Amino acid sequence: MSARLTITKTPKCYVGGAFIRSESGRVFELKDQKGEFFANVPLCSRKDLRNAVEAAAKAGPGWVKRTAFNRGQILYRVAEMIESRVDEMAEALMLGGATKAEATKEVVAAVDRIVHYAGWTDKYEAMLGSVNPVASAHFNFTVTEPMGIIGVLAPDERPLLALVSLILPAITSGNCVVALASETQPYPAILLGEMLAVSDLTGGVVNLLTGKRAELVPTFATHEHLRAICGAVNAEQRKALRLGAAESVKRVRLWKAEEAVDWESEGMEGLEEIRALVECKTTWHPVGG
Amino acid sequence: MAKIISKTNPARELVFGDLWEYDAAPETADPKLKKRYDLFINGQFVAPKKGKYFATINPGTEVKIADIALGDAADVDAACKAAQKAFTTVWGPMPGKERGKYLYRIARLLQDHAREFAVAETMDGGKPIKESRDFDLPMAAAHFFYHAGWADKLPYLAAGRQVAPYGVVGQVIPWNFPLLMLAWKIAPALAAGNCVVLKPAETTSITALKFGEICQEAGLPPGVVNIVSGAGETGAAVINHPLTSKVAFTGSTEVGKLIMRSLAGTEKKMTLELGGKAANIVFEDAPLDQAVEGIINGIFFNQGHVCCAGSRLLVQESVAGEVLARLKRRLATLRVGDPLDKNTDIGAINSKEQLGKITELVKAGVAEGAEMYQSECRLPAKGFYFRPTLFAKMSMSHRIAREEIFGPVLSMLTFRTLEEAVEKANNTPYGLSAGVWTDKGSKILKMSTLLKAGVVWANTYNKFDPASPFGGYKESGFGREGGKQGLMDYCRVG
Repeated sequence: MSARLTITKTPKCYVGGAFIRSESGRVFELKDQKGEFFANVPLCSRKDLRNAVEAAAKAGPGWVKRTAFNRGQILYRVAEMIESRVDEMAEALMLGGATKAEATKEVVAAVDRIVHYAGWTDKYEAMLGSVNPVASAHFNFTVTEPMGIIGVLAPDERPLLALVSLILPAITSGNCVVALASETQPYPAILLGEMLAVSDLTGGVVNLLTGKRAELVPTFATHEHLRAICGAVNAEQRKALRLGAAESVKRVRLWKAEEAVDWESEGMEGLEEIRALVECKTTWHPVGG
Repeated sequence: MAKIISKTNPARELVFGDLWEYDAAPETADPKLKKRYDLFINGQFVAPKKGKYFATINPGTEVKIADIALGDAADVDAACKAAQKAFTTVWGPMPGKERGKYLYRIARLLQDHAREFAVAETMDGGKPIKESRDFDLPMAAAHFFYHAGWADKLPYLAAGRQVAPYGVVGQVIPWNFPLLMLAWKIAPALAAGNCVVLKPAETTSITALKFGEICQEAGLPPGVVNIVSGAGETGAAVINHPLTSKVAFTGSTEVGKLIMRSLAGTEKKMTLELGGKAANIVFEDAPLDQAVEGIINGIFFNQGHVCCAGSRLLVQESVAGEVLARLKRRLATLRVGDPLDKNTDIGAINSKEQLGKITELVKAGVAEGAEMYQSECRLPAKGFYFRPTLFAKMSMSHRIAREEIFGPVLSMLTFRTLEEAVEKANNTPYGLSAGVWTDKGSKILKMSTLLKAGVVWANTYNKFDPASPFGGYKESGFGREGGKQGLMDYCRVG
């Protein structure tokens, strides 16, 4: 009896609730920690990015209409789906050279971050919104609204935790996300897509692309349907993103990839991150007859 | 319920023609103007380093009022350094309670000098005295009063988080509400513990520089507030100066984008309050008399020089004829003329340049085939004036329906269903404000949810309050002014 040949997985990107290869047919080679061939990862094109934005636009109205409580339950379900596969995700991180202990630490930190945001969905509004005591007969109140579709650019460092930390505050308030995974370690994002697909998250709410940052930054910068960009990128890309953002007055929230960002710190999660990706709407409602 | 329909449409009206003229009723308070205004830097009025001045004129008469210092990059640098020094040595370390007291003083002094400032504002900017007297001045004082109370309560602003000032904030403001925009910018910045360098608009520097006198009178420590007058380059110097770690700008979307580009290579924080093309939506169940007054106020307030002006009127088809007839009647009774006259409804256009822009866009409206109605009022022989104008029978693609006119020009469109109204209202790159007129509270809330705008006025328009956050979606900018949300934009939140 000959030894059984194992089935290798073809990595696919999670876009619009489906698993896709790049429309361009292009791939780039991913090696494991020993430098041996691991898999061919989709090298997503600008067209893939535009398609992902369309997928997000379709998912948006449904996601924003979910109750805050329901969004919280769905995010918690995402955490459950990763928790049960911590070892598998840790192995994906070890491809990039992390030790088993480091990789596991990063995965559980990511899970805990998701749980943190699951709890925010029905609470941030009470913190960020307000009833405003105006000097006239009006019930004047400010509520937040999600901005729409957010472009996320994950750094190479902490390819899972950073990615999750950038996506979560956006979707907590009802935004949809088109994210570009770490260029050097895209595989955790591939796995994350598989885990999101079996959570209750509606397809298209989070779209995960793999590819070359330098190639996609210009489209992230100028795509007018992306209403905000957040990510951790180098100085040149920050400038390019901000220049592109000016064309449609896009909101930008960027960290410096060239400086160490402590993604594990509690300062990287919470209300300020949610606030950065919502709009405030003030309504003057008449009081009296 | 049976609907009562007026048998005469339009209703009968009394036409007096030229029989009864209004007597002139000029405001006579002394604006206490100087012949020459210097820069206000480090608590002192100082001449610009290059010694250059430019004339500011009264747009209502085209008569020169004063010479205004033309600050350049070197003056801005001196102002920023003074602000930085004040921040590190005085204002930053000062307890919030003490900072607040200075703001209360400023609020009180503005009230004391209200008439003088109102006249100065109207002379320099062209807005009717009744507006500067009853709106700009009281609201500016209210902004200082409101924010004064925040200065010692910043820890309550962001529960569970640390807040800190940025340091030196650079601010550039427009000419439509010169003193009020100054108050919107300076009051929250100071309450949060920042020091400021502010550049007023080129055509309206006087009340900003008079505000320097208020700062002196209040005993505000030197350098906390610096006012550098000048032109576009002066503003650019404020925005780009390395010491201004946060900048706030109110003005056109075009300039807002320029600022975003010029700061693209920096990590500066920004808030931008930019242009708008607001929809004012009238449903058939709206109280029409009230709505017509609201439409008029929404577009003709301050000659339409308002970023949130209700310049796109959307009327439900079933009442469109009635609304148009009432609007035409109301248009004819608006009094256009001497801004200093207490009876004037619509004053002077702020500048010759702005008058040219309005004229050009209105010509485009006529050329594109829209139906134009203009008031037949007599305009003064000197000064920059424009008749209140209304366009009907037009479509969404017309320039006058898409571009910000920033003048007394209203464009009327119609809709059949709520969904169509929302679609038309949101079909613009802007998203600053919107108006909704209906008798149904639930419809107000539904519309407010669906409209992509930072401020939604229901059965009212152009209402402002220091406690109420103001600011836009999309290309109308980002960040808020007013309320706790506005104050937070002047704080680093950790």
